[in-house]
Amino acid sequence: MDYSRFLNASVSAVPKSGIRKFFDIVQTMPGAISLGVGEPDFVTPYHIRNAAIDSLLDGETQYTSNWGKASLRKEIAYYLEHRYGLTYSPVNEILATVGASEGIDLALRAILTPGDEVVVPEPSFVSYCPGVVFAGGVPVPIVTDADNNFMLTAEALKAAITDKTKVLIMPYPNNPTGGIIDRESLQRLRDVIIQNDLLVISDEIYAELTYSQQGHISIASLPGMRERTVYINGFSKAFAMTGWRIGYACAPAPLMDSMVKIHQYAIMCAPMQAQVAAEEALKRGREDNYADIALMRESYNQRRRLMFESFRKMGLKCFEPLGAFYVFPSIEKTGLSSEEFCERLLKEKNVACVPGTAFGACGEGFIRCCYATALDKLTVALERIDEFLQTL
Amino acid sequence: MDHMKQELLQVLQQDCRIPLEKLSVMLGQPMDAIAQAIDDMEKSGVILRYTPVINWDRAGKERVEGMIEVRTTPQRDQGFDAIAKRIYRFDEVKSVYLMSGAYDLLLLVEAPTLKELALFVSSKLSVLENVVGTATHFVLKCYKNDGIIYDEEPRDRRLAVNP
Repeated sequence: MDYSRFLNASVSAVPKSGIRKFFDIVQTMPGAISLGVGEPDFVTPYHIRNAAIDSLLDGETQYTSNWGKASLRKEIAYYLEHRYGLTYSPVNEILATVGASEGIDLALRAILTPGDEVVVPEPSFVSYCPGVVFAGGVPVPIVTDADNNFMLTAEALKAAITDKTKVLIMPYPNNPTGGIIDRESLQRLRDVIIQNDLLVISDEIYAELTYSQQGHISIASLPGMRERTVYINGFSKAFAMTGWRIGYACAPAPLMDSMVKIHQYAIMCAPMQAQVAAEEALKRGREDNYADIALMRESYNQRRRLMFESFRKMGLKCFEPLGAFYVFPSIEKTGLSSEEFCERLLKEKNVACVPGTAFGACGEGFIRCCYATALDKLTVALERIDEFLQTL
Repeated sequence: MDHMKQELLQVLQQDCRIPLEKLSVMLGQPMDAIAQAIDDMEKSGVILRYTPVINWDRAGKERVEGMIEVRTTPQRDQGFDAIAKRIYRFDEVKSVYLMSGAYDLLLLVEAPTLKELALFVSSKLSVLENVVGTATHFVLKCYKNDGIIYDEEPRDRRLAVNP
């Protein structure tokens, strides 16, 4: 049967993720060291797992409120205020979602009408542009520059704005580059955003993994930006909880009204035990000053310095990433395309990285290497990459 | 103790063979500062020894381990220290802890054979003045020691490539 006549053409037209293709190749290479993962190498801290087990044994197996448990939303409100200076009402401005990804999808679907343009700085997370298309919008990628640490500039944003532009996606700290954005750049962007009456969807899932002195600054904390921002965060990266699928979105009540509508009809609520676990993560964090996060961040930071320094020694051009757990070196001087480089590195040296092109066309000439991997494996992988470079 | 030393100890506890140069990169500190910190901690007795953690079962060495609960009479002015000192001098004794609860000292002991371990208890330990009673538990299997799991290979459950 020809299903193409049934399928939504705009969905069919979206290409499959470049990561998927690479994943299929890696699957055929047992024993490969993978720097291609996009999640922590820690398991969720024990007390968090235990809270979910207790909840299950207590028989908490029901739906929660569409918004998520009230006690969880209160914890999120406290956390955001004390950690990032953001004030959201747990009553009608905070929504527990199935991962941060759901929050992004909800925001796009609640805001966009067909033809609306969404500005997406690239390289960035693989889901933004497809998400815009699924919501009927038109993604407008902006190329960010390695020489500017992949920060979006006010000038580049201004140049991308048309009379159809409605939303800017802010992907910092950034996957795949590890780039963060500083306060000065945020302030300049803010002026352009307000002048052009845009909304911002700010994906701050890696906020806790920021290694700069200044720490993470949320765009929503800038004067005049709270009312224009849908703030997205979650537990996957900060608390090593990727498989739980639990995140949250925060926005002014009128925006949230529409987002919750979609969420309540499509999802109902985030899973009970994931919510319980998330609440425990924040509660304990409040008591011990987020010791779990500090411990993991320190360990990532050691490996970040090692990987950055190793690439620098190998002679690969690489800016110092100050966020997330990725290094994004340029492999341009090898004369290979990103995809060729990654395929050959995998086949010849059994090390998997992700081609930069998976994160936008402007990722050509770069590879994404994740340092959330055991130190001994990381060391071997770096040695093999060095050997590989010398064979070229 | 300053933060750098604490971070350094945590790294060394995972792997004490990381070269100085790599430690310097990982901690973002100059090499001589790291060397100085290690030297300080060795001299002040914070770092006592650098030894491998050995899974003796896999090494194929025949040996018997036991935990012994010891009840004692504390001595005037010395409490449990004097008797603990008497006990920790025996080569068979690997660790000695003063415990709260139903008994006073907990010993981790090791001997080549069951017979030798039994002999240690009956002829060396029980006969000590101030030792009131002992309860010996033989170790059947070690699952986890010093934070390291012995009976399974570490395994990465993550998908090899994801967004």
